[in-house]
Amino acid sequence: MARLLVQRVGAFFASLALTFVGLTAITFLISRLTKIDPVLAIVGDKASKAIYDKTYIALGLDKPLIVQYAAYLRKLISGDFGTSVLTSRPVLSDLLHVFPATFELATIATIVGVLIGVPAGVLAAARKDQWPDHVVRVLCLFGYSIPVFWLGLVGLFFFYGKLGWVSGTGRLDIAFDDIVTARTGILLIDSAISGEWEIFRNAFSHLILPAGILAYFSLAYIARMTRSFMIDQLGQEYIIAARIKGRTYWGAVWKHAFPNIMVPLITVIGLSYASLLEGAVLTETVFAWPGLGQYITRALFNSDMNAVLGGTVLVGAVFIGVNLFCDFLYKIFDPRLRST
Amino acid sequence: MTTTSEQKLSQWLQDDAPTSSRQAVAGNIYRGVRAIVSNPAALAGLIIVAMLILLAILAPQLARGISPIEQNLSNRLHVPDAAHWFGTDELGRDIYARTLYGARVTIAMVVLVSVIVGPIGLAVGTLAGFLGGWIDALLMRITDIFLAFPGLVLALAFAAALGPGIENAVIAISLTAWPPYARIARAETVTIAKSDYIAAAKMLGASTWRILFKHIVPLCLSSVIVRLTLDMAGIILTAAGLGFLGLGAQPPTAEWGAMVSAGREVILDQWWVATIPGIAIFVVSLGFNLLGDGLRDVFDPKSS
Repeated sequence: MARLLVQRVGAFFASLALTFVGLTAITFLISRLTKIDPVLAIVGDKASKAIYDKTYIALGLDKPLIVQYAAYLRKLISGDFGTSVLTSRPVLSDLLHVFPATFELATIATIVGVLIGVPAGVLAAARKDQWPDHVVRVLCLFGYSIPVFWLGLVGLFFFYGKLGWVSGTGRLDIAFDDIVTARTGILLIDSAISGEWEIFRNAFSHLILPAGILAYFSLAYIARMTRSFMIDQLGQEYIIAARIKGRTYWGAVWKHAFPNIMVPLITVIGLSYASLLEGAVLTETVFAWPGLGQYITRALFNSDMNAVLGGTVLVGAVFIGVNLFCDFLYKIFDPRLRST
Repeated sequence: MTTTSEQKLSQWLQDDAPTSSRQAVAGNIYRGVRAIVSNPAALAGLIIVAMLILLAILAPQLARGISPIEQNLSNRLHVPDAAHWFGTDELGRDIYARTLYGARVTIAMVVLVSVIVGPIGLAVGTLAGFLGGWIDALLMRITDIFLAFPGLVLALAFAAALGPGIENAVIAISLTAWPPYARIARAETVTIAKSDYIAAAKMLGASTWRILFKHIVPLCLSSVIVRLTLDMAGIILTAAGLGFLGLGAQPPTAEWGAMVSAGREVILDQWWVATIPGIAIFVVSLGFNLLGDGLRDVFDPKSS
């Protein structure tokens, strides 16, 4: 029994470690393939040949790729992410700085997406082929078809430009920058802790549009999957049995069918959350949101390799973290998984 | 006279016991087309996609001779009117003409990505599923690693590494889009490989390659094609996203994502510059989504 557990946990971590090594290896290869010269990115194009060569060797670029990669992994494990060329700061502190912005956006979007998407999907399945189902399906279909960057622009045009209901791009108005001490990096929490309610309101009015748009996309995905899981379950015989026993229809839906879709549903929500945490590149670009997606993109365009690789490591860590958390949740919601 | 020959044809097409493989294929196509046409959503999708192809082919005629790349700086950011149906952009180019020509770029990218991704996914998936053992483990582990990446970030990384341009954008999207196909093809192969007729083919002395190409690949093909149609909207959105970030088609080529990006700075005053190409992206991916859903219902009723 214990040996089985150890084996399973071991296999799980081995596969995670492999994923991790794979992710960094791919990014490493990509970053070495770029046409932009990493040496020039540091020394500038006016540097003399001697300085150029010195930097070239200092960066270890004269060594074979595999050696470079091994050296990089070694540094990584000891917690050294290197320095970003773009910001001249340690990549790790950059990442700690940008990640809360993405975390704030992704978490609110996912909460809204789950709170609306799951009931909508259940409703659509329970009222299959009737008007609630049609409404939900059309909403989902639109969510799958609208380009997110365009919806962001149109949203800015209407709600910021025309109606003035929300604030524009960025996380705060410039006047409010750097007033609140960053404790968590999550502006809503930081401003609430320091009691700066005006800043809280401002941060909220900046957050609401990008978060709402991301919430819509995650809602579309979650509702669609919930609907199809639920239709499967509602067709099962135990639903008929519950109804014969005297359960109301909605009682059968929520008390019998719903617990059975929890495990696949958690996977879906986890995937959607992870993809938002890994940086909603386009949304962050449109809204000039200083998050992980924008950080990685900017680093990519500027051949800032340490930053790109560091960002990827964080992406991998997020992926693994969300996976672990989902595994933990499965055990809570599925009694069959608890005994093993 | 014509009615009887029509009846004969429809009977021949719907025969339960086709006498030739040609009849069987024709019958399958006939049934599929009928199912799609009788499904209003799928039909709408089919019409949108057909329109897209038509617009792309007839772009020069429909644009009334207006060039999509000719600049006219004295007439920049012009409101939509009779001369410029969709207005003009920041360089005075006609947005109507650019939107039409943009359809060509979109179709080219979708077709190219599909042609690359389908075979790669099939090859990896069928090989892994059929050969099993360490090859299976290795290929699937690689697939998982690619799946762990957020699609757009990886495509972005490849596109940035390869340099901007349509061809490189296609390669970048393909490199990130193949893993699900490998998964599907592998799952199908594993079930097919266990069936009796594969065992029979083996006993008859068929080589591994013959079994793969003649017996397994054709059976995996339909689910891969259905999945491709479902993914085409996603491919269009990714391509447009790369274009929006400046990694797709390079100026002056008209590409919808890049056009939206160009309208970004003037969105508050000249809404049409960004709005119209965005609507084009939306309508086309809606069309592919509708068609894909319909195809899935027809060919794979289980998963709908």
